[in-house]
Amino acid sequence: MMKGLRSVGLIAATGLALSSTTAFAEELRIVSWGGAYQKGQSIGIFQPAAKAMGITVKEDTYGGISDVKLMVKSGADKFDIFSSGAGSCASGAAEGVLEKLDYSIIDVSDHLPGMYSDYCAGADIFSVVAAWNTETYGDNGPRTWADFYDVEKFPGTRAMRNKVDAQLETALLADGVPMDQIYEVLNSEAGIERALDKIRTIKPHIAVWWSSGAQHAQLMKDGEVDMTTGWNGRFDVAKDDGAKVAYDWRTGIMDWEGYGIPKGAKNKDLAMKYIAEMMKPEYMAEFAKYITYGPTNGKVYELGLMEDSRAKMMPSHPDNAKHQLTLSTEWYSKWRTIAAEMYTEMMTE
Amino acid sequence: MSLTTNNINQNELRKLAAREGYTFFGLTVPYLIMVTALIAIPVGWLFYLSFIGRDGTFSFENYERMWKSKAYIKIFITTFKISILTTIICAAIGYPLAYFMSQLSRKWANICMIGVLIPFWTSLLVRTYAWLVLLQKKGLLNNIAIDMGLISEPIKFVHNTTGTLIGMVHIMLPFLILPLYANMRAIDKDCMKAASSLGATPSRAFWTVFLPLSLPGLLAGLLIVFVLCLGFYVTPAILGGGKVIMAAMKISSNIELYFSWGAASALGVVLLVVTGIILFIASKLVSIDQLGSR
Repeated sequence: MMKGLRSVGLIAATGLALSSTTAFAEELRIVSWGGAYQKGQSIGIFQPAAKAMGITVKEDTYGGISDVKLMVKSGADKFDIFSSGAGSCASGAAEGVLEKLDYSIIDVSDHLPGMYSDYCAGADIFSVVAAWNTETYGDNGPRTWADFYDVEKFPGTRAMRNKVDAQLETALLADGVPMDQIYEVLNSEAGIERALDKIRTIKPHIAVWWSSGAQHAQLMKDGEVDMTTGWNGRFDVAKDDGAKVAYDWRTGIMDWEGYGIPKGAKNKDLAMKYIAEMMKPEYMAEFAKYITYGPTNGKVYELGLMEDSRAKMMPSHPDNAKHQLTLSTEWYSKWRTIAAEMYTEMMTE
Repeated sequence: MSLTTNNINQNELRKLAAREGYTFFGLTVPYLIMVTALIAIPVGWLFYLSFIGRDGTFSFENYERMWKSKAYIKIFITTFKISILTTIICAAIGYPLAYFMSQLSRKWANICMIGVLIPFWTSLLVRTYAWLVLLQKKGLLNNIAIDMGLISEPIKFVHNTTGTLIGMVHIMLPFLILPLYANMRAIDKDCMKAASSLGATPSRAFWTVFLPLSLPGLLAGLLIVFVLCLGFYVTPAILGGGKVIMAAMKISSNIELYFSWGAASALGVVLLVVTGIILFIASKLVSIDQLGSR
């Protein structure tokens, strides 16, 4: 009897202790893309930044800006910060579901030009590239988008994204449109149709329409397809894991990722301070050790926080960047819905 | 005198019958409340939403879009094709298995039943990914077949309709077997003996006696499988490689694309109506009641 009472007391005491600690440690919820990418963010940025601020940060994965829109519009409350591509963030901002970032708290004075917006604080720079299986093609894989679309010169199965983002550009580049005219050509439904027609020419060779970075990395690792569009960092991680995969920077379409806050987030003020913390160069340098996405904060290079050999692997390294197209977030905020609809139609027909 | 007694009796009986009627109605009240709250109201709401356009006013734009775009027709055809094929394959595999189990002793039948139920209780996602690992280009099945010299080029099992069907049949099979087996167990074995003693060959006895008696269970199973298939999402999304697009996947992508529930609701309404029509036609063709009372 006494023993029973004592254990009840113990449980009650533990309960009290637990509730008091949770009451004092401030907590944030952040969502990202999972896989190798979020692993790098978690080890390099999220957890160390949380520790430095003495707060708890809970991580989860999500399905992109549409989740943010659904959450805000249905009045749910699931996370305080999300990691998102600049274009998606812009479309969320256009729909009015994001909190404006307070750049008096978040310091972006050392950011590379254009690598932050009112609603998105840039964190890393990545590229969409054409990756090939080196077991199938050796060193001479599709080094340009023209090669990717050339099924005679490069027979084999392909994979493309099941969403429009950074896919139409590949078709026009393959079609010989100069880089500086890509978004001009895409600035009409006829231009979008032209790109879709180009994709239609290789549609029978597209074995998979991938839906996530983890999936396209796995497709290359398993040798399920011979080439695919996808994010450079995922391929580098897959390569380190033994995947037979390579890509050429000439196929690069450069874009940046950052953090945003959903409208009405419960811990908005704390989220703002946490984003400010995450902008520090040492976190970005640490993150880049795990996945080859370059820092948006120029201080990383100035302070020599990254080794030269590693810096050369980043999409944003001048030697790599000079070959690439830079994704236009303006185009996406204007055309994304229409283009996405037409792209889905093309996929389904 | 006797007439009045009779009248009194009749009145009594009528009262009792009415009371019994109320009692039975009372028993269905919790269910009725549940159906109204969880099905009638949400479906009505969905129906209403499907007529709300992006700007929040009444419009037919969600239905117009479906009418104009070729993609939707293709998606509906795919949805029904996959569902019908899955149902047929499930029947072809499930019927013999259920028959076999119904002929076993209780003990062995129960052991077989565990074999049916364990996959049934395993997470759908886990089973779907397991198929991906087994069936992909350099997966277990292709590797074994190549090593044995059966094939020289890997067969495309996944990221297409084949893979989707394999995955869905695996998941749906228990839904067919369970009602069918219960039905077959309940069939009086003496019926078959009677048929034999009247001179029927075993196959004749099966076709004219056992099969008709097992039809209610089979139809129940087919119906469950077919209707569940129509709403499938995860398995075709993973094993179809983005090429097998079913209605549920389009509903989800519509929410993502248009950020309006209306665009997605309209698809749900059309799916519901078409399914209703198909089931109505099916029930006219095979009268379930008639089969049951035979």
